[in-house]
Amino acid sequence: MKSKYQPNKDGYFGQFGGAFIPELLYPNVKEIEDNYIQIIESEEFQNEYKNLLKDYVGRPSPLYYAKRLSEKYQAHIYLKREDLNHTGAHKVNNTIGQILIAKKLGKTQIIAETGAGQHGVATATVCALMGLDCTVFMGEKDIERQAPNVARMKMLGAKVVAATSGSKTLKDATNEAIRYWIQNPHTFYLIGSVVGPHPHPDMVARLQAVISEEMKWQLKEKTGKENPDTIIACVGGGSNAAGAFYHYLDDEDVGLIAVEAAGLGVKSGKSAATSQLGEVGIIHGSKTILMQDKYGQIVEPYSISAGLDYPGVGPLHAFLHETKRVQFMSATDREALVAAYELTKTEGIIPALETAHALAILPKLSFSKDQVVVINLSGRGDKDLETYIKHLED
Amino acid sequence: MNSIKELLEKKAANVLSIYFTAGFPQLNDTVPIIQELSKSSADFIEVGLPYSDPLADGTTVQNSSQQALQNGINLDVVFDQLIEIKETNSTPLVLMGYLNQLIKYGEEKFCQRVVDCGIDTVIIPDLPMVEYENHYQALFAKYGISNVFLITPLTSEERIRKIDAYSKSFIYMVASSSITGAKGEISQDQIDYFERIKSMNLQSKLIIGFGISNHTTFSKACKYANGAIIGSAFIKFLEKNGVQAIPGFIKEIKQ
Repeated sequence: MKSKYQPNKDGYFGQFGGAFIPELLYPNVKEIEDNYIQIIESEEFQNEYKNLLKDYVGRPSPLYYAKRLSEKYQAHIYLKREDLNHTGAHKVNNTIGQILIAKKLGKTQIIAETGAGQHGVATATVCALMGLDCTVFMGEKDIERQAPNVARMKMLGAKVVAATSGSKTLKDATNEAIRYWIQNPHTFYLIGSVVGPHPHPDMVARLQAVISEEMKWQLKEKTGKENPDTIIACVGGGSNAAGAFYHYLDDEDVGLIAVEAAGLGVKSGKSAATSQLGEVGIIHGSKTILMQDKYGQIVEPYSISAGLDYPGVGPLHAFLHETKRVQFMSATDREALVAAYELTKTEGIIPALETAHALAILPKLSFSKDQVVVINLSGRGDKDLETYIKHLED
Repeated sequence: MNSIKELLEKKAANVLSIYFTAGFPQLNDTVPIIQELSKSSADFIEVGLPYSDPLADGTTVQNSSQQALQNGINLDVVFDQLIEIKETNSTPLVLMGYLNQLIKYGEEKFCQRVVDCGIDTVIIPDLPMVEYENHYQALFAKYGISNVFLITPLTSEERIRKIDAYSKSFIYMVASSSITGAKGEISQDQIDYFERIKSMNLQSKLIIGFGISNHTTFSKACKYANGAIIGSAFIKFLEKNGVQAIPGFIKEIKQ
């Protein structure tokens, strides 16, 4: 099935995407572009991928009917439990897939960038599983605020390299990973979100698509219908949202909502709400919407959540925003913290700070009583306990 | 004719190009640096347009760009600085920046201001060939601007032939698979690569850059190409010794 939400041959979703890379990266990117679809669609890959997702990751992830939350908001709210995956988030769906692609391409050294550390942990995990060498680039600031994940990566045998340039967060970790890749063309850059030069956004979206693939049959079992009325997911670069939306993009009756991090408020100057603050430009090899000043200098974003403070958004999401297929909303730090406590106390689930942003828009929406809403519970909150405890008193 | 092509037709060997970051070390150093380089007979000069996220650059250029941005540099300031010396400067200038700067500034406006400054050559390391073919080729042609393409040890022969056909000024031959400022001597692998390119008998002149830092690496590179570019080593020198010391740096390279 060819959807209008798939990229064209040059990697464009409408006006967004492409591969704006220095000549130095051309052979690396071309190698992946020439092979990824063939590999992903091969029976051998599908068998290995599906088996690992089942027995190693623990998929299918449950689709849980959140009864008390549903009562509170007067709707039928389901939680897609990506937080129950091995390593605690949706990130592992992608790393399992990409590590198999890397192996198929004969790569032995893996590099990755990470923000909150979830993708770094998921990468270090699959590298340990496959016995491959792993280097993770992480902003110096994120290393400080996500200490448990740094420790996990190290225990898994990964080398964690601090990105000390620019804002010292995810954007800079990505820059450092790309620079390392240029200098070490034999390595495989296992990118963590639907960002970067084509074909990375498409490759990652295809690997995360398992989320919505499962949602379809799980909803059918539970509600009698494959399609919900609304799907809600948080967006930094946008990989969990891409996965949760993927198989519903062409089903125009399904309302899709992406939630960005507003930080201290969209207009506060301390925010990461790219769709509201960004303009068309190029970041990490992709034409998309990004936060920048009038001279095209990339602006440092802010969010309490290290996984959402990215100044851009994947090109597919820029297209979904432009075409209004997806409604973009935002939640502040405070709203996310309140939502995290709410889910914890009503359902006994501590969500990741990123995920808490998706939950935080529930009070802003009005539902009809029979409305079926799926929230993609992208990750668990263990890594954020320090932040949560700090705000316990507030 | 393109100004760099004209230069390279007159002088085909040992051409020295210096790269520096506009607005560094001080905001108003851009013009004095060009004047000193010109007096010390650098053959052409690359003016770096500071960018927040320079993917192809190493730490030295990154840090100088960061400092320049803090100093208050932006495209309007750079163009104002360059237009000031349009009449007095006879050393050809090349602008090097990233594509997002151009897009945000306005592509037509950018090209117009480049031309107004008497400049006809740009290097945009993250502008890929396919985007050039689809859009920028026509835009640059309209303003008589030449885009410089980079080739690397991993660029295929087919691609190099295509780049050769597109090049109206020179081909920027990246010395190794690296970002700018990478250190060290020139290895046998690099020499093999230089010789391979030389033997392709391209119509375009070749200038080697990335990792050229002193007299030894410069003269070695010049054996295989028409000249070479020094960037990071110059920026480090400038930071330590200041604008007045520039003639000494050039003399040392050319000795």
